Amino acid sequence: MTATWRYGRPALVVLLAGLAVGVPLWLVAVTSAKPQAEAIEPNLDLPRHWQPGDNYADAVSQGEMLRGFLNSLLVVVPSVILVLILGAGAAWVFARRKSKLVSAAYALCISGLLLPPAVITIVMELRQLGLANTRPGMIAVYTGMYLSTSIFFMTGFIRAIPMELEEAARIDGASPHRIFWRIVLPLLRPVIATATIMVMLYAWSDVFYAFFVLGGGERATLPLNLYQVASAQLYLNNWHLVFAYVVVMSLPMVAVFLVGQRKIVSGITSGAVK
Amino acid sequence: MAHTVVRDKPAVAAGPPKKAGRLPRAAVHHPWWFALPAVVVFAGFFLLPNLLNFYYPFTNWSSYHADIAFTGLDNFRTIADDGSLLRAIRTTLLYALLAALFQNGFGLVLALLLEDDSRFNRFFRAVFFLPVLISALATGYVFRALLDQDGAVNSVLGTDIPWLGSTTWTLVVVTLIHGWKWMGLAMLIYLAGLKGIPGDMLEAARMDGAGPWRTFWSVRWPMLAPAVTFNVTTALIGSMNTFDIVQATTAGGPAASTEVFNIYMFRIFGQGLYAQASAMSLILFLVVVAVAIPLVVGLRRREQTL
Repeated sequence: MTATWRYGRPALVVLLAGLAVGVPLWLVAVTSAKPQAEAIEPNLDLPRHWQPGDNYADAVSQGEMLRGFLNSLLVVVPSVILVLILGAGAAWVFARRKSKLVSAAYALCISGLLLPPAVITIVMELRQLGLANTRPGMIAVYTGMYLSTSIFFMTGFIRAIPMELEEAARIDGASPHRIFWRIVLPLLRPVIATATIMVMLYAWSDVFYAFFVLGGGERATLPLNLYQVASAQLYLNNWHLVFAYVVVMSLPMVAVFLVGQRKIVSGITSGAVK
Repeated sequence: MAHTVVRDKPAVAAGPPKKAGRLPRAAVHHPWWFALPAVVVFAGFFLLPNLLNFYYPFTNWSSYHADIAFTGLDNFRTIADDGSLLRAIRTTLLYALLAALFQNGFGLVLALLLEDDSRFNRFFRAVFFLPVLISALATGYVFRALLDQDGAVNSVLGTDIPWLGSTTWTLVVVTLIHGWKWMGLAMLIYLAGLKGIPGDMLEAARMDGAGPWRTFWSVRWPMLAPAVTFNVTTALIGSMNTFDIVQATTAGGPAASTEVFNIYMFRIFGQGLYAQASAMSLILFLVVVAVAIPLVVGLRRREQTL
């Protein structure tokens, strides 16, 4: 390729990254360190007066951050585990058994990939079950919503695993139960890594379904708290607190990504293009 | 759903009597009850609400009535008459179309820019993936701070443009933000698609004297078809379910010009008009089905003809 392209491409990449990602992140970082008076009209200037400590402490106390963090963990972690275990069990059966009934069940179970969750009647159902405004209710809703994704990806993955591995164990007298836990689940590790990240990402960021199922109050998750911090002070424009909150809320996901980067990237890409 | 699977068991077991060893191999080796918990949860908390969604829109369920009575098409008449039905459909479809366009356009350009596996490229792929990791609600607030009339963008450019205050263009601005948030995911999938193109195919094109432009349109773009199918489908369907970015940037305004289905449902549900919100939810369901089926069929067929 031409010489201009050889030097032009990296320059273009750096420029795009700086404008598209650098500027917004810079705005978040500097605003979260400003006093309220400077942050009312958000701009890209460095703070004249640095007070990141105060802002983050305020965001933690005013935004009920620790409680929100715990609440988020208490719904996201069980949802992810259920999506993975239940999804793997179903995917195993769907991938290995061939009958009209099984394919029909599979088709129905992955319909959630396309269909939108009926959020209004979910509220109705949860009220009748006594699960409205509870964590088990939220976990059930998230699990139902993301099962389709995990079943879809895992079924495709299991179909590509040779049957011989299972058959060898069966000849040694292993029960289906044992084969599932000892052979199928460990083989699923790459998809499990990806599914974990994707479900975690969606559930950790979700505010829409949490509004309907959990509402505000005691059990509010981090995004719900962020919404309350931002809307309660809409006319005061407390951007410094909003962005301190955004930073703390985003860090866990960035950390998870950095740790599992390679697996996540390969998992996302291998599952999608088939 | 659960019932059909349960019924399978006696049907299978009924053939050869008593002895478990005589069951068909599949039933012994991959027992159906491994699928049961998933099927029950999915049926109970996803399918059942969607079925209920075909009943409650025809009632007067709201916080103002103690009991729920059948009222026929009243709710649909209400949302059709006040114009919110057509507006929500139009806004959501336009939003989905533009969001899918931007998300895929940005993603594809980034994938082509960062195609080779160098250290430099790997670093910048991670940089462009960062927005995917930030919650959509937070993304919305970041861009509101940037685009407010006394926000950062106007102060840098020295302009006074109401980016989020135009009844025509704000929808485009919000979909650009949506594209920004998800471009990293589209990029990864296009990168995988590019990597799947056999090297000798590109070599052959070069030998035949094809330039980069020609190679792209004649070789790479057709070979990217599965990645395009996946990306376009997920982007279109996913963005019809949008809420967070719109709520954080405009909350549906100005003058309801960005009020997509979920924003409307959220607002009306907050007013206690549950059945009316449910009616809108049913319409969203039907619109998604009407878009998704031809889309998936059409894109699959396109993969085969390319």
